[in-house]
Amino acid sequence: MAPSTDLDIVNVTKRFGSHAAVDDVTFSVAPGEFFSILGPSGCGKTTLMRMIAGFEHPTSGDIRIRGRSMIGVPANKRPVNMVFQSLALFPMMSVGENVAYGLSCRGVPREDAQERAERMLERVGLKGFGERRVMALSGGQRQRVAIARCLVLEPTLVLLDEPLGALDLKLREHMKIELKQLQGTFNTTFVYITHDQSEALVMSDRIAVMNQGKFEQVGSPRELYHNPATPFVASFVGETNRWPGEIVSSSDGTVALQLPSGMVTQGSGRVSQKAAIAFVRPEAIALAPSQPALRDLPNRFEGRVSAVLFDGANSSLLIDTLGFDQPVRAVLPQAGPLAGIEVGAPIHVGWTADAMKVFAA
Amino acid sequence: MMTKQASRLTFFLLVAPAILWLGLLIVLPHVEILVLSFSERVAPRVYAFGFGNYLEFFTEPLYWRTFARTAFMSILVTALTLVLAFPIALYIARVAQGRVKAMLLLLCLLPFWVSELVRTLGWMMLLRETGVISYVLRAVGLADQPVELLYNDGAVILGLVYGGLLFMIVPLANALESLDQSVVEAGFDLGGSRWTVLRRIVIPHAMPGIVAGSIIVFMLTVGNFATPVLLGGKNGLWFTEQIYAQFITRFNWPQGAAFGMLLLLLSSAIVWLGLRLTGQSLGTTLKQA
Repeated sequence: MAPSTDLDIVNVTKRFGSHAAVDDVTFSVAPGEFFSILGPSGCGKTTLMRMIAGFEHPTSGDIRIRGRSMIGVPANKRPVNMVFQSLALFPMMSVGENVAYGLSCRGVPREDAQERAERMLERVGLKGFGERRVMALSGGQRQRVAIARCLVLEPTLVLLDEPLGALDLKLREHMKIELKQLQGTFNTTFVYITHDQSEALVMSDRIAVMNQGKFEQVGSPRELYHNPATPFVASFVGETNRWPGEIVSSSDGTVALQLPSGMVTQGSGRVSQKAAIAFVRPEAIALAPSQPALRDLPNRFEGRVSAVLFDGANSSLLIDTLGFDQPVRAVLPQAGPLAGIEVGAPIHVGWTADAMKVFAA
Repeated sequence: MMTKQASRLTFFLLVAPAILWLGLLIVLPHVEILVLSFSERVAPRVYAFGFGNYLEFFTEPLYWRTFARTAFMSILVTALTLVLAFPIALYIARVAQGRVKAMLLLLCLLPFWVSELVRTLGWMMLLRETGVISYVLRAVGLADQPVELLYNDGAVILGLVYGGLLFMIVPLANALESLDQSVVEAGFDLGGSRWTVLRRIVIPHAMPGIVAGSIIVFMLTVGNFATPVLLGGKNGLWFTEQIYAQFITRFNWPQGAAFGMLLLLLSSAIVWLGLRLTGQSLGTTLKQA
């Protein structure tokens, strides 16, 4: 029976001394999936990836690739290839030799390896670059060589360790799309590690959010963004407003939360304890010049614009709102009557109970 | 204008010691030796220009055989030193951390706090017929009579390799240290065995260090005097001994000068050949050393 998963991580734990870098993590990746592990630096994601590649060994648990346990299998015998953070191209070899390296390690005859390397370079858009020195390539071209070097071996799994970190913003945006397209054309399973939530959201089919060695939530980018399971996911993935408070009443998934100022707000969530924390996305906050426009919303407040943070499509407003000790962040409308709003202007804000996610603090 | 002149003056004052050093101690004696090597004795105290001293070298088999032997043995010593030093340098550069690394380098350096002569005498105490090794061999019963380990090629090679080891380890460790760990890991990740990674990634990366270390060790070995004389005895037959003999024993300075020039030519030729064969340039090699 062919296994329906390419990668299974089963209760994997890695301890360095008494510190658990990876703490009882379990997940599976389906064939052809683009799976990201997203987490802040030091959360254990690199350790997890190095265990899959075979450079570290789990203290306990099992790593299976296409159903075959990888425990005791050295890195050079695993059907897994890695794109390193530094790319780790071989500077002593030409571009073509870099790509053919893995093939010649497998005993493919030199001419055959060279030809296959040439074809792979063509597929990643580097036709005729075979003779060049690695050092003579641009950042984006090196990136493609690093990926071609893995894909030419037709691995079950390609691991990518924040390969876009070293690129400048413009190129990074471009490479995000290119990587996703490459993954689509080759239909290879990618496991991608990053601390950049935008990279993970744009490229992934599924994302695992990792924190302090554990998975907080695994789900599609939309799921994570709209229905975060934990306060960490809510604050780590995407921009959000974050307010601590106390639960005053709770029934069937809706809660009333009292802010330190005494103001009571309506939110959603199942919290059994008193101390709680609420999250609202900036784009979920409705803005209006007058109160009546927001009368259907359970949470309505009035405030004054304290800052306009202009950043093109990502522009936002900070609004000093009565009852909130920190300004409320909302998306700056790009059209309509509020498009030209200035600092100091009075404004009404509001949001639905659904948009406010409440978690136990 | 004044400042420009002042800065030029400063420059000259700064390079003056180096120029004096090179000029007085290296260029001048070599020019003198070169001139001397072309002078032939035609009568007592009468000298004339000629190639006789060089012809003598080619016609007397002892001379050119010693010369060839010195060249061959020096290459052998360099190769042996490289083979021995590589794993040590690899360990120091890539495995040892912090204090252990400093300790290991210090251990390599330690023998050089003692003069070469004393170090070589130390080897003699170990190797001679009544020496430590001979005694131990007899005590364990592996030999029934005193064993003479001195005065053979093995002893000469041993002493020379020992003397060259540090000068090989330091440039090698330097070169190996600059190799990015993730490049090595990528070598394994793409399916390379230890041997493949060593051959295709580690050694090519360390090449400037290998060449730098080899040049230093080769030069030190070819020009060594005390070690072949003391450990090889009469069988040492090192070319420097011939130069010494011409200058000091036979008082034939023109002949000694010709030998000196030939030795200089030999080391230059072999270094050049080594650079050509490994595809390294002198510039990158010097940077590594």
